[in-house]
Amino acid sequence: MSGAGTFVPATVRAVRAVADEVRQVELVPDDGARPYPPGSHLDLALEVDGLPVVRSYSVVGAAPDDGAYRIAVKLLPESRGGSRRVHGLAAGDRLELRHPTSHFELDPRRPGYLLVAGGIGITPLVGMAEVLARRHPHQAPVRLAYAGRRRAAMPFVEHLRALLGDDAVVTAAGEDGERLDLAAEVAALHADGEAYLCGPPRLTDAVRACWEAQGRPPRRLRTETFGTAGRHPTEPFDVEVRDHGLTVHVPRDRTLLGALHDAGVGMVWDCLRGECGLCTVRVLGRSTDGQPVVDHRDVFLDAAEREDSTRLCACVSRAVGGRLAIDTGYRP
Amino acid sequence: MTTTTPPGPTATAAPAQPLRAAPDTFARREWPRAAWYAAAYDVEVGAHLLPRTVAGASLVLFRTPSGEARALENACWHRLLPLSEGTLLGDEVMCGYHGLRYDADGRCTFMPSQKTVNPSARVRSYPVVERHRFVWVWTGDPADADPATIPDLHWNDDPAWAGDGRLIHVDCSYKLIVDNLMDLTHETFVHGGSIGHRSVAESPFEVTHGRGTVTVTRWMIDVEAPPFWARQLEWRGAPAGNVDRWQIIHFTPPSTIAIDVGVAPTGTGAPEGDRSAGVNGFVLNTMTPESPTSTHYFWAFARNYALTDQRITTLLRDGVSGVFAEDEEVLAAQQRAIDAHPEKDFYNLNIDGGAMWARRMIDLMLAAEDPSYAEAGDRAARDIAEHHRNDAGDGAEREVARARAEAERARSGS
Repeated sequence: MSGAGTFVPATVRAVRAVADEVRQVELVPDDGARPYPPGSHLDLALEVDGLPVVRSYSVVGAAPDDGAYRIAVKLLPESRGGSRRVHGLAAGDRLELRHPTSHFELDPRRPGYLLVAGGIGITPLVGMAEVLARRHPHQAPVRLAYAGRRRAAMPFVEHLRALLGDDAVVTAAGEDGERLDLAAEVAALHADGEAYLCGPPRLTDAVRACWEAQGRPPRRLRTETFGTAGRHPTEPFDVEVRDHGLTVHVPRDRTLLGALHDAGVGMVWDCLRGECGLCTVRVLGRSTDGQPVVDHRDVFLDAAEREDSTRLCACVSRAVGGRLAIDTGYRP
Repeated sequence: MTTTTPPGPTATAAPAQPLRAAPDTFARREWPRAAWYAAAYDVEVGAHLLPRTVAGASLVLFRTPSGEARALENACWHRLLPLSEGTLLGDEVMCGYHGLRYDADGRCTFMPSQKTVNPSARVRSYPVVERHRFVWVWTGDPADADPATIPDLHWNDDPAWAGDGRLIHVDCSYKLIVDNLMDLTHETFVHGGSIGHRSVAESPFEVTHGRGTVTVTRWMIDVEAPPFWARQLEWRGAPAGNVDRWQIIHFTPPSTIAIDVGVAPTGTGAPEGDRSAGVNGFVLNTMTPESPTSTHYFWAFARNYALTDQRITTLLRDGVSGVFAEDEEVLAAQQRAIDAHPEKDFYNLNIDGGAMWARRMIDLMLAAEDPSYAEAGDRAARDIAEHHRNDAGDGAEREVARARAEAERARSGS
C-alpha cells in the first residue's frame, strides 16, 4: 500500500478561528516539524465516537511556522466526524500525525500560474502562493480565483491579496450572486502555464471544461481531491451485490467500500481517494427504469465513463435515489 | 487485508469486521511454507546430487535406482557439509567429508570408526511428488503434504498438447514475477518485437476472483497478429489477416500461473467459444522462491496443433526464451531499484487488480502461518479505519481465524 509512513505523537499548540466555521490548528510533532513541498497534506489519527479514524488535511503555508504545522478545517454538517473532532481540539491536546507528504506538487518552473480554489480547497494553495510570491518578489505571474458560498467563511483572502497583489486575486461569494469567470481566467493564463485546482467536483468539472474547450494540455491542469464532496447530497443507499447474493446498506457516514467490507465482500483497493481505480465495481442493469443516479466522486473515470456509469469507484462514489445493483467479480 | 467470504445469509448476519491487513507483501518479501514448490524439471533430476535452494531451504535432489525423485536437507548431520558435495551410492547419499551415509528418507545408515549408528542421526527429508514434468517439494509440515493440492499444469504432459520449457534463475522476488504475469499490459512496452501490440494496453480486461483462484481475461478483437502469433497461424495453415486474440490468466496461490493464450482469424467465433480456426497455447509458469530476492522460474509453452512437429516445439521454446529474457532484465532491474529505495512503496494502478488479488491470496496463506500477522495488520488497519468504523473488539482474532480458513480453502483449491 502506498503512503504507509508511521504516526508520531504531536501537541496542539494553538487553535484559532480564521473564518466562520473554519479553525486553524497548529500542531507540533514531538520529533520536530519538517520542511515539506507546497500542496502537501498530513494525516491525523483521531477518535470519533470512541473509534480510531484517519483524516487527511492540507498543510497551510509554505513551511512550518516556528516548529508547527498548520491545518485549517471547516466544520462540515455532512462530515463523517473528522471536522467535528478537529473543531473540538484545544491547545495542549495530544494526538498523532503523519508528517506531510505531497501528491499535489507545484512545478516551480512554469511561466504562469492560475490557482483555483473552492471553499476550504484554498488550504493547499496558500503555500503555493507563498512560494511563488517569494520566487517573484516584484510581480508573481500568478492569478488566484477563489469561490465560496459565504464571504465570511472564506479564510486567508487578505493574506493572499497581500502576497499576490489585489489585482491578482479574484473572489466570488455565492451569497452575493457572484461567480468566477473561469473561461476568462483560463484564457488569461500563459500558453505554457499551469493551473492548480482544489475544490468540489462542480468547480473541478467547470474548470476542466474550460481547459478542454481552450485546447490546453490536460497534464497542465493539476487537481487535488480528497474524494469527499459530490455533485449530490450524501444520502444512505442500498446496493444489491449480485455476485455475492447480498444486499448491503450504506449509511450516510460510511463509504460503499467500507459497507461492502463489513458485509464480508472481498475487495482490493489502494488509494482510498478515488484515484487508482482498483476498487471499481461494475454497475449492473443501467438500462432499466428507476435506476439511481451514481454520484461519481473519483478522478479515475473520465467524463464519458462517468456518463456511462457502467463502473464506479467504491471508495468515494455513492448512489442517490434508489437501490444500485453491482458486481464485484466474485466467481466462486 | 480482507478476505472473501461465501455469499448467503451468514455474510449479512455476521457482525461488522474491522479491517486487518495481511503482512505488507511489498515490504516483507516472504513465501508461505505450507505449499508445493517446483524444485526441478524432471530431466534435471537423475543418478547424481543436485543442490537447489527452495523457499529458503537448501536441498539436495536425486533419483533412486527405482526412478523415484528424493529431496534431503543439504547439510550433513555431523559437520553440516553440503551433502551435494558427496557421492550418490545407489539410493544412499555419502557425505564427502567423513563418509556418513543417509538413506533416501534421510536416516543415517553408517558412521565411521564405530559399530553402531546413533539412532537420532538424520537429515530432514522433504515430501516429493513428480507431476506434469516438475519435481514438486512440500516445504511445510510433512504431515500436511497432500498431492491433491499440487497446482494443475497438466498441459505440460497431456497428449493433446505439445511443447517444452526451461528453468531460468531471476534475481528478483517471486512476487514481482507474479505481478508481471498477472498483468500483460507490459507486453506492449517490453515485448514489442514478438508478442507486444498496442491493442494489449488498449483493450479492457476483467478481473474475477474465487476461492483460491484469480482470473484476468482480456480479449482483443479484430487486431493485427503480432509476429509470434502470425508465424504460428502460418504453420497451422490459417489465412493471414486480422485476428481475435485472447489472454486468460489463471492464478493458483502461492505462485503458479497458467495463461490460456491464442489467436483466431477474426470473426470465426473464438470469443463465443469456437476456437477451432485458430491456434491455442498455454504459457505455464511456476515460480519457486530461492531467497527474498531470487527465484527459480519454471516455464513451458504448450500448443494444441502440429503436435508431432519437433521443429515447432524447438522454435517456440526458443522464441518464448527470448521473450522471457526481456522480462528477466526488467525484473532484475526492478528488484535493484526496490533495494535501492527502501523508503518507497509501490503505487498501484487499475491494471494491477489481478496482481493485488494474487498477493491477497499469498497474504492469506502467510497469515495462516504467521502469528505476527495481526500485529502487522494493525498499522494498515488504522490507515484505512475511516472506511471501517466499527467495533475494535476481538476483530483481529476473528479476522485471523477467517484468514486461516480462507488459506486452507486456497490450498485445497476447492
